[in-house]
Amino acid sequence: MAHDATTSQTSSGNTELVRVATSEHRLARYTLIGLALCFVALFLVLPLAAVFREALRNGPGEFLTVLSDPETFAAIELTLLVAVIAVPLNLVFGIAAAWAIAKFEFKGKAFLTTLIDLPFSVSPVISGLVFVLLFGSHSLLGPWLQSHGIQILFAVPGIVLATVFVTFPFVARELIPLMQEQGTSDEEAALSLGASGWQTFWYVTLPNIKWGLLYGVLLCNARAMGEFGAVSVVSGHIRGLTNTMPLQVEILYNEYNFVAAFAVATLLALLALVTLVLKSLLEMKYSAQIAASRRH
Amino acid sequence: MTARTASLWQFRQPSVIPGFGLALGVTLSWLILIILIPLSGLAWRSSALGWSTFWALATDQRTINALRISFGTAFVAALVNVVFGVILAWVLVRYRFPGKRIIDAMVDLPFALPTAVAGIALTTLYAPNGWIGSLLSPLGIKIAFTPIGIVFALVFVGLPFVVRTVQPIMEEIDKEVEEAAATLGANRFQTISRVLLPGLAPAVLTGFALAFARGVGEYGSVIFIAGNLPYISEIAPLLIVIRLEEFNYPAATAIAAVMLIISFAMLLIINMIQAWSRRRYGYGA
Repeated sequence: MAHDATTSQTSSGNTELVRVATSEHRLARYTLIGLALCFVALFLVLPLAAVFREALRNGPGEFLTVLSDPETFAAIELTLLVAVIAVPLNLVFGIAAAWAIAKFEFKGKAFLTTLIDLPFSVSPVISGLVFVLLFGSHSLLGPWLQSHGIQILFAVPGIVLATVFVTFPFVARELIPLMQEQGTSDEEAALSLGASGWQTFWYVTLPNIKWGLLYGVLLCNARAMGEFGAVSVVSGHIRGLTNTMPLQVEILYNEYNFVAAFAVATLLALLALVTLVLKSLLEMKYSAQIAASRRH
Repeated sequence: MTARTASLWQFRQPSVIPGFGLALGVTLSWLILIILIPLSGLAWRSSALGWSTFWALATDQRTINALRISFGTAFVAALVNVVFGVILAWVLVRYRFPGKRIIDAMVDLPFALPTAVAGIALTTLYAPNGWIGSLLSPLGIKIAFTPIGIVFALVFVGLPFVVRTVQPIMEEIDKEVEEAAATLGANRFQTISRVLLPGLAPAVLTGFALAFARGVGEYGSVIFIAGNLPYISEIAPLLIVIRLEEFNYPAATAIAAVMLIISFAMLLIINMIQAWSRRRYGYGA
């Protein structure tokens, strides 16, 4: 701002010189914009358009018919169920982790932060594999689980576990930089005025972080509903029972039932679009509260 | 002096904020239950294989080819993303044009769109009978069902990593640096290539590493477009799935262990780059 003030004091000719000297030739600018737009069109816009076009290839009637298939309906139900369990679990974990890491200084903090980020550097397939190795019939736990009639793999608990593993860092990652930036003075003030720990959290910290929290939950939910690799390994692909929406897309596609595959895919694409719109709105309105918005 | 010695021996610095025990307790138990026990299960199972078995499984020709394809295509895709990601970030930070806001929001699409959906959408576009594939096939260019298709899918999933690491650093660049370069007689190209881009190098490197790491492990978007020919276009995560379906747990474990070791080495390098860039430039990348 100070810099703008000094330039406005100088003559307009000078300002024009500075502008010319620190910006590209018009041709270079248009070329760069053109390149960027082509790239976005080829890799982002056209794939999205293709999903909707393929789904509506035979008209909206068939689109609705394939969506009302009971197997598809079961997949939608399972996807929602998994998200409803996995997201709140990681929400609680995220708040606890951010509270410990952002509000306190302790030994091994950097190491703990690295451990929390681990799932991001593990292939989704490996995230599923570790649960197969843990609970499968060849594992230590497998025979014991079998004799007690507990089904984890190829059932809902396994799908939930794999999803929780994959979405583990989302909320914590969003909250840690935000709460570190906010410091502890608000909480200290509340405590010195006689508030209890829970009151401080509920009435001081939570209002301070609510938009950042919502942002993290949004990203966590998008990943939880859309996870494919990890869930695919543990699900067992039992039709109408353990297929989530992304798995249903794969099965329909591999059966050359393209309209149905893309119809289910449109629902997931709509989920992605809603996520993006909400995310942009949050970024626009509460950018100060979304510290890590630009640093996934 | 006494306070200092005390703090050396203390696990945490004193604070009036309550709830440390509860918060750390919840965090650690959740971390151990969900992440560390399952991952150490993998480590235990691969060490139980014994060194010679492990080595034989890891150096199986099909495994080596799959690893080479995964790491090679992820490397190429990350390079493509560095070039176009930096251009895209530059255009979004510096220029004004209609639809800029929408494009800025669209960059995050790969984070939000489930990978399976991305996979079938890209395949439909780039298959020989698709919108773009049909334009290229008369020229003899095949994208889908070849390793190039894998690169295309990985470019899609990796793009936001580069843009979102470079963009905030670009926004922080002080205009005065450019003005100084211009006054000293540098033309625009020299200012950009010698003054601006070197300052962005740590952020670009971090973005590259993140996109690369993500690409190596990617499964959902790749398997539809790859064609999945063993030795040619079969990625390592798919080979793990194939071995699992054959109930060949030792082979699946060995491939996973090799992938994890390389991934963790990369994570370590990313952290070192970040620490280095923060020391050198005063801001995180």
